[in-house]
This record gives sequence, C-alpha cells and structure tokens, in this order.
Amino acid sequence: MLKDITIGQFFPGSSAVHKMDARVKLVLTIVFIVMLFSAKGMAGLCVCIAFTLLIFAISRIPPAMMLKSLKPIAPLVLITALLNIFFVKDGDKLFEWKFILITDKGIDTAVFMVVRIICLIVGSSLLTYTTSPIDITDAIERLLGPLKRVKFPVHELAMIMTIALRFIPTLIEETDKIISAQKARGSELDTGTLTEKVKGMLPIFIPLFASSFRRADELAVAMECRCYHGGEGRTRMKQMKAGRRDVFGCIFTAVFFAAVIAVNILTK
Amino acid sequence: MSIIKTEQLTYIYGENTPFRKVAVDNVSIDIERGEAVGIIGHTGSGKSTLIQHFNGLLKPSAGRVLIDGEDINADKKKLRQARFKIGLVFQYPEYQLFEETVYKDIAYGPKNMGLSDEQTDMRVREAAELVGLDDKLLDRSPFELSGGQKRRAAIAGVIAMQPQALILDEPASGLDPQGRERIFDIIKRYREEKNSAVIVVSHSMEDIAGFADRILVMDKGSVFCFDTPPRVFSRAQQLEQIGLSVPQVTKIFMKLRKMGFDLPDDVYTVKYAERILKERLGGQEKV
Repeated sequence: MLKDITIGQFFPGSSAVHKMDARVKLVLTIVFIVMLFSAKGMAGLCVCIAFTLLIFAISRIPPAMMLKSLKPIAPLVLITALLNIFFVKDGDKLFEWKFILITDKGIDTAVFMVVRIICLIVGSSLLTYTTSPIDITDAIERLLGPLKRVKFPVHELAMIMTIALRFIPTLIEETDKIISAQKARGSELDTGTLTEKVKGMLPIFIPLFASSFRRADELAVAMECRCYHGGEGRTRMKQMKAGRRDVFGCIFTAVFFAAVIAVNILTK
Repeated sequence: MSIIKTEQLTYIYGENTPFRKVAVDNVSIDIERGEAVGIIGHTGSGKSTLIQHFNGLLKPSAGRVLIDGEDINADKKKLRQARFKIGLVFQYPEYQLFEETVYKDIAYGPKNMGLSDEQTDMRVREAAELVGLDDKLLDRSPFELSGGQKRRAAIAGVIAMQPQALILDEPASGLDPQGRERIFDIIKRYREEKNSAVIVVSHSMEDIAGFADRILVMDKGSVFCFDTPPRVFSRAQQLEQIGLSVPQVTKIFMKLRKMGFDLPDDVYTVKYAERILKERLGGQEKV
C-alpha cells in the first residue's frame, strides 16, 4: 500500500546527535562535506570514514539504515568507478586488451572516488535521520535569516516547506482512500494498456486535486483566524538553543578537520 | 445461501514490522440475502477494515471471504465480480466525485461493468430518482452541488451498479438530522426495491437501532456480539464498558429499572417505549 512509503527519513531517537541544535547540525554537515573534499589522499579519507562511523555509532541509527541510504545512488557509484577505471590513462599498466587499458592509478582513483561518494551520502543522510523535517526547515529559516534584509522571503519559503511536509502523509492517505473507492466502483487500475491506465488515473487525480484545494482553503482560513500575517514579529513555540552539546559537537568536528589537514600535509 | 460469509477472517496491518497490529481477529459471520445489518464499534474496532474485505479491497491475512458461496480471493475474475455484487460506499463519498457531470459520474460504475449505453442510462436515471436528484442536476458539475446533494450523488454512483449487498461506511456523518433521515430513507428504499442486503457501519446506536435486523458489535477487532437489536441492547451495561453509547431511550429505561420499575430491558426505539409506557400506565390512551 502507498502508506508504506516513508517520505523523509527521520528516525526518532534520543541520542546526543538527535538532541543537537538543528542549525548546528546543518552547518556541521556542510563543514563535513568541505572536510571530505579537502582530504587529498586515502589517509585523509580514512579520517573522514572514522568520523562518519563514529557519529553513526553515537546516533544509534541501525546500520541497516546506512545501506538503505546508499541504495538509490548505487548506479552513480558504479558508473563513477567504471569511468575512473577505464579512462584514467597514466600510472603503471595492469591490464591491456585492444582499446581497454587499466592502470594502477585508475584503480586508485576509482576507489578514492567511490569511498568519497559513499562517505558523502552516509554522512549527510545522518542529518535527515536524526533531525525531523520540520526542525530542518526551521534551521534553514534561521540560517537564511540575514537574507531578509535584501527582501528575500525567507519566512514564507520556510512556511511553504513546512506546510508541504505536513501534508504529505495526509495526501498519501487520501490517495489511498480514493483508489479504494474507485476500485469499489470497478475501475481497473492495474490492468489494460498504457492509455487505459492513464485514463484510469483521472478518477484518482481529479478528486485528489479537488481535495488539495479544499484543504488549502481550509488551512488558509484557519491560519487567518489565528491572525497569521507572516514572519514579522512572530515568536516561536520551540526556541532553538545551542548548548554545551553543540559546542562539543563543533569541537569534535574541528578536531577531525584538523586531523585531515594534518594528514594532508604529512603525506604530501 | 448467505450473500456474505467470512470464515475465521483475520487481518494484520504491518506484518513483520514494529507497527504490527491485528485489525480484524478471527471473525466468522454470515449475512443473509436481503438482510439489514448494522455494524457498530468504537473507533479502531476494525469495522471499516472488516467491510473492505467484503469486496476484496483487502486480502485477509488468514481465513476466507465467501460471496454467494464463492471464495473471492481464489482468482482475479471472481474478485472483479465480487466488486459489482457488493457495492461499497466509503465514508465521505462525495470526495470521490470526479466527472464533468453528475450523470457521467453515476454512470462510471455501470460503464465499468460493461453495460450498454441504454442499460447504463436506465440505471443512472433510476439511481438518481432513488436518491432524489432532479433530472436538472444530472447535467451539472458535481462540484457545484450542495454537500448533501454531493453525498447523494456519490451514493447513487454505487447504487447504479445494483449490487446485491450495499455497504455504507458512516453514510450520515457530517449531515444534519434531516439529511441523516434522508440517507436512511434511501437505504431502506433500495433494500425494499431490489431486495438487496444493506449493511451500515456507524458508531451511532440511534442511527442503526431504527433499521437493522441484526447488529454486529465489534470490539478490538473481534466480534463482541451479532444479534437482533433487542438482544444487543439488553446488554447495555456491557456495551457502555466497551465505549459504546446506547440509544437515549434505552438509557432512560435503564434508569427507570434502577429506580425499581418493572420494565423490559430491551427498549431501543421511541415507538416501542411509547407502547410499553402506555400499557404500564393502565391502557389509558390519553396520558
């Protein structure tokens, strides 16, 4: 059933990583990506791997989730690996057959690139695993706050994102209901040719759109009734506070970043 | 032969996940042809899940569903036939209207059945007449109708398929008393004219008490009891324990019995109550 699809990958928990301030986590994730790309050799990358695994362990996210986040990018990883193996031409020859030339440097780069991509995905998916979508949106709003000065509608964008996220499960449930109802009237969604299938979608999309507009209307009225008028002068129910935990997280990341740079210099 | 029969029907949501929940637990019931059945139960008692098995929208985790004596989950053809034999009207059916005109929307079911245009036309007009929609309204967009009209148009969409059993999930929710009465009149009329079984799911005892031959009370996925209204309502205290309210009259009679009056314990309609009170008051017609 449609309900089984998980949108957003938030995995509730109470670890130190979960409790960190979303803003700090967001910034640290960006720092992590920079760190990953400043690692020049395998040694530096090993530091990054250690960092990723350590955070994963602290956050107590089941290791199976790590694999799950990698699944969608598996083809990308594969293509990267193949391209590097076949198209890097310098270094010592390992294998040659007609136009195919594989060098040790090619293999090295392939491994390096693959490990880097995997680290990138696993590391950054930690953010979405340990932070609820709403918190991420809030964090983005806060971090983009300065842009308000140049009349960029930060609050509005954040509100749009929040509302969209909020309604995804509702609309999935609604779709499920409409599909059941039309099936009960004998629609054949799962059989027939492509055009028939597309035609079969109409009885689902039209009621779905109608109800989305209805919901949007109701929500707008409800917000209006509560005197919502945009971000100006609005205070928050949940104040974001960076605490000792966040300072510690920053130091922790800084130490690893320093280690990566040190390794870079040492292995030059 | 019974029109709907379930044998040890069990349905489990989210098997093999931490969210595993037994929604319907070992339900074996029979619904006869032409019978009027009410299904009541607290929110989450499994009543909506149960009815979605009757036309094969859900496949049982264990057990069988027999429609007209045939296992509908045996093959795809039977499943599709079952969808036409058993008409299911969901809660808030007005949100499924989609066609350009009311006429086309009502015709959607009969068309899917593969009926000819003439037959479809006949069925659409018959169904529209039964639910009390004017011919004028048939050419309008369903989105222009009033709430009550939309609801009736949606019900007509299922009635036009002329199912041998008509199942309605909370058909009167969100309607005013007049609208509720109207919906139940439609259900009764359909039953009389087509001699079809009708099954109404509700959590309001009052709605069900008035029309059902038998009432199926569900509690936590299992059958609490399946019996005639007097027998069901005589267990008023147990019903209240599982979170169901009994009709107002029944409550009053319970109180009177507590006060020491010798009155029957199976009063559930105002008419019946009136008759009994008149008898007890010494047969004087003018009270």
